[in-house]
Amino acid sequence: MTQSGQYNFAYLDEQTKRMIRRALLKGLAIPGYQVPFASREMPMPYGWGTGGVQVSAACLTPDDRLKVIDQGADDTTNAVSIRKFFQRTADVAVTEDTTDATLIQTRHRIPETELAEGQILVYQVPIPEPLRFLEPRETETRKMHSLEEYGLMHVKLYEDIARHGQIATSYAYPVKVQGRYVMDPSPIPKFDNPKMEMAAIQLFGAGREQRIYALPPYTDVVSLDFEDHPFEATKANHSCALCGASDSYLDEVITDDQGTRMYVCSDTDYCATRRAQGHVGLQGVPLEDNAA
Amino acid sequence: MQETSLTGGFTDAPIDAAHAFRAALTVMAEPGKIAELSGAEPPAPMSVAAGTLLLTLADSETPVFLAPTHDNQDIRDWITFHTGAPIVSAEKAMFAIGGWSALQPTVRFAIGEPEYPDRSATLIIEMPELSNSGATLRGPGIKDTRQFQLPDTAAFQANQSMFPLGLDFFFCAGSQVAALPRTTLVEGA
Repeated sequence: MTQSGQYNFAYLDEQTKRMIRRALLKGLAIPGYQVPFASREMPMPYGWGTGGVQVSAACLTPDDRLKVIDQGADDTTNAVSIRKFFQRTADVAVTEDTTDATLIQTRHRIPETELAEGQILVYQVPIPEPLRFLEPRETETRKMHSLEEYGLMHVKLYEDIARHGQIATSYAYPVKVQGRYVMDPSPIPKFDNPKMEMAAIQLFGAGREQRIYALPPYTDVVSLDFEDHPFEATKANHSCALCGASDSYLDEVITDDQGTRMYVCSDTDYCATRRAQGHVGLQGVPLEDNAA
Repeated sequence: MQETSLTGGFTDAPIDAAHAFRAALTVMAEPGKIAELSGAEPPAPMSVAAGTLLLTLADSETPVFLAPTHDNQDIRDWITFHTGAPIVSAEKAMFAIGGWSALQPTVRFAIGEPEYPDRSATLIIEMPELSNSGATLRGPGIKDTRQFQLPDTAAFQANQSMFPLGLDFFFCAGSQVAALPRTTLVEGA
């Protein structure tokens, strides 16, 4: 029983957790393959991370330190509410420090700080099927995965080039896992794709679509491309206005109605850590002055 | 039914199962890595690790096969009381437990279907001991290579060659566990 004494540990009942846990193990054994699971209704709407929350609930132990980010930020509504949910139902310690966290639930970003062995990254996934917008029928996409028939995806990328002169897909950029399954990396910016070959365990949960998939550490994850149009991890061509970082993914923030804008790190922990180390961007102020 | 079948379960099921699953998740993600796994006290000859895996993963929805080494009334009663899992023949099993030779032939077990490769059996193999020596493992979850003592080489190579179909394995000895998913390439002995 938890502090509030009203919920089972981590909210879900034990039979549900066993079902999710079995799906997670099969997901790890078949990297990139979408394992169907009996997703439960959660006390939050679809689109708010019900899949990720169920995966986290099945993985959490009382010894964990949980970090939750939404678009890289620890302080947005989605991140705050999920963090509070697990504080209340699992009595788990929380942190905003990427290196200190043992389990990180994320919506649409991979932290800038490199993850280490022993950490778990849980993704919230809206549409797990990379072929869904090309072929709406589940029976067909399932057959295409079983036959390794991914020509349609390459046609889509080719049409991007024919129309725009380059591959226009900038987020949820499809990847091929260990030379077999084409997988949707969830709507992370393609800037994050190269980071998916990491030392941490990556778990993906899609609640509404009832799918779980996974990547063990050091799995080959290759972004689809063409020899003459190689994959490129792009970001806004600026440096962070607050911490001056030139290697992090940036959010564009409109600051008035005259079109003035600034670019800041989307990863709040990365930005705050750099500012604490004394890095100052063009529009930033040293951290001590800011606090005063 | 003996009294022994009523004891040996988790003392705090949600917490014990959470810790046990994390160990199972870690070893499946990092093939050949050896981890501690305890909490259950199953009847002989089932190991603590194998019993803990069953309590963590098995329930009335997961048919279990007992190899001849483990098919005794105490174990049947213990599994039935603590998990409710039906004891079935090898062909229908989602989980199978026993020594490696007692589980032969492994071709009996479900390897999944091309459209649903996850519908395959997981074999829980009882070992005398677990050791990071012997066969060389490569593949997802392994940075370069890892050594692990397997009871056979050819069988695991054949299993890997069927990918994405195939069986997944846990190895248990005492309170230690390791795993080998179907993705792992196995070389030498």
